[in-house]
Amino acid sequence: MTTTVPTPTPTPISASPKSIARARRKASRRAFAKQFARSRSGMLGLIVLIVFALLAIFAPLLFPATMLDVTKATGMPYEPPSLEFPLGTDVSGRSVLALVVWGARVSLVVGLAATVLSMAIGTSVGIVSGHYRGFLGGTLDRFTDWFLVIPFLPLAIVLATVLGASMLNIIIVIGVTSWPGTARLIRAQTLSVGARPYLERSRALGAGNVHQMVRHVLPNVMPLVLANTTLAVSISILSETTLSFLGLGDPTAVSWGSILEEAFASGAVSQGAWWYIVPPGLCVVLVVLSFNLMGRSVEEILDPRKGAT
Amino acid sequence: MALMPEAGLDITAPETSPASGSWASPGVRYVVRRILAAVATLIFVVLFNFFLFRMLPGDPVKLYTRGRNVDPEQVRKLTAALNRPLGQQFLDYIRNPFAANVDSVKYSQPVWSVIGERVWPTLLLVGVATLIATVVGVWLGIRSAWNRGERFDRISTNTTLVLYSMPEFWLGMILLIVLGVGVFGLPGLFPTGGLSTPGVDTSSLRGWLDVAWHLFLPVTTLAIVYLAEYSLVMRASLIDEMGQDYLQTARAKGLMDKLVRRRHAVPNALLPTMTLIFLNLGFVVGGAITIEYVFSIPGLGGLTVDALSGPDVPLLQALFLLFSAAVILANLIADLLYARLDPRVRT
Repeated sequence: MTTTVPTPTPTPISASPKSIARARRKASRRAFAKQFARSRSGMLGLIVLIVFALLAIFAPLLFPATMLDVTKATGMPYEPPSLEFPLGTDVSGRSVLALVVWGARVSLVVGLAATVLSMAIGTSVGIVSGHYRGFLGGTLDRFTDWFLVIPFLPLAIVLATVLGASMLNIIIVIGVTSWPGTARLIRAQTLSVGARPYLERSRALGAGNVHQMVRHVLPNVMPLVLANTTLAVSISILSETTLSFLGLGDPTAVSWGSILEEAFASGAVSQGAWWYIVPPGLCVVLVVLSFNLMGRSVEEILDPRKGAT
Repeated sequence: MALMPEAGLDITAPETSPASGSWASPGVRYVVRRILAAVATLIFVVLFNFFLFRMLPGDPVKLYTRGRNVDPEQVRKLTAALNRPLGQQFLDYIRNPFAANVDSVKYSQPVWSVIGERVWPTLLLVGVATLIATVVGVWLGIRSAWNRGERFDRISTNTTLVLYSMPEFWLGMILLIVLGVGVFGLPGLFPTGGLSTPGVDTSSLRGWLDVAWHLFLPVTTLAIVYLAEYSLVMRASLIDEMGQDYLQTARAKGLMDKLVRRRHAVPNALLPTMTLIFLNLGFVVGGAITIEYVFSIPGLGGLTVDALSGPDVPLLQALFLLFSAAVILANLIADLLYARLDPRVRT
């Protein structure tokens, strides 16, 4: 024998498919974080949100809960801003600053919980209606169309009236009314994922529908879901504010919307008590704007063609 | 290696099925399909509206009269109306969805007559605000996209992003307090509410001016919030369009930039924006509800908030139906207009 056959180097068997996938996901997460950190507006939004989250968490330490009690109010009604009350007082003589800080809790919790609910409904309806092409998919798609057209606020008002005013119900109302946009988006993505060869391969290997949807489609639509979530939170928070302003929120909880409701109903506008009206609304604008800025940055990273500026 | 035969067949099969035969031109088929879809949506809303209030556990009479003193005569009538067999109620409802079996609890008269005259203020408010928001928003979007990254674009985009994040009723309250009531010793310039000064004849020219003066703040509020959204969409859509090859061709032909913009890019970018504006009418209607409440305008929105405290369920049901029907109709018009303007979707 004159030629020697080179012995093939054995591939390392230590790397299981799972650990490879994990490493790949970790790397892509890190790349995403790096890109996000470079986006100035996205980071600005994140910082503002962290500040509000901290305020919401530590509200009881900053302002004891008794400051919200109407019977224990220390100020006069409609006091303009002073050293004692940096943002003045409300109609019952409570500190507006304390109200606004406490209001962050309900507004954020309701906004986030409603978004989770709406995303869960929207994503599952979108995936199922995109995956099953037949009767089920068609029906769900029609259903999405119907809900997409029904005007949001009248629907939310009717639902909230039927369910009654409570924090859980307002979460349900917002979640149930705001999912169709997500479903539409996720359905389109599911359709495009469904055309890819690896799904056909997994079908050929005998994967069931549930396995295909959960293990193959879901991970592929997840980035889109996340980008959509940040934008959806801002809509949920605006909705919570509007519904509370109309008196459909939990009557016992202080939220930014309910502060505005009380201010308007008690005639703060004609009193010229701007310090009672400006702060809660400004908080809504800051938080919603931050979520919008973050959402735009995430969108830009995932789809660079859609660049904002 | 053999190809999977069924995968190839699947794609072509539905296209050649005789069911979608050519009984009419594609254009007519499109129109018929859109109208059928709108009717289906309307039927869904009508059914939803009926069953929502009857599916819940508990006494419907209690829901209808919650939190209010209702005289026993009315309660008796309500109970009689609501205790009839469901099928009977449903038939009555289908015959006249707006009457909803029972009178308005608060006004003690048929819902339809309560709603009647309230339609015009809302139509005026939403119509004028949408018109202004569309014109200004589209103009801002075009200018921003064309000067992308420059100062005008930066200022305009940042401002619109802030406005887009604002609850419209809050902006309304701020404008009301600054321009209506007056702060820091400044006098108010505009009326703080209502549609006209009592005693002024609204059919005269003076009356029209009076209504315009009253509607200035609410219309401005609604227009500002929505023009922000429309300009963002127009900008994104135009930027998208500007990357297309045909614009390069147009420029290569030697057309002036201004002409390329006006004749080629803008019309194409306008289409998605217009669809969005019509789709958005549902949200504008929602905005009108809170705005009418803040500016005490006697329209459908004010009536909705009025019906909420109680709640006056029959009135709410009728309003929900009316708002939904209006938005469905607007969407249908948008679909048909869109097909007329853009032949690409007419398939």
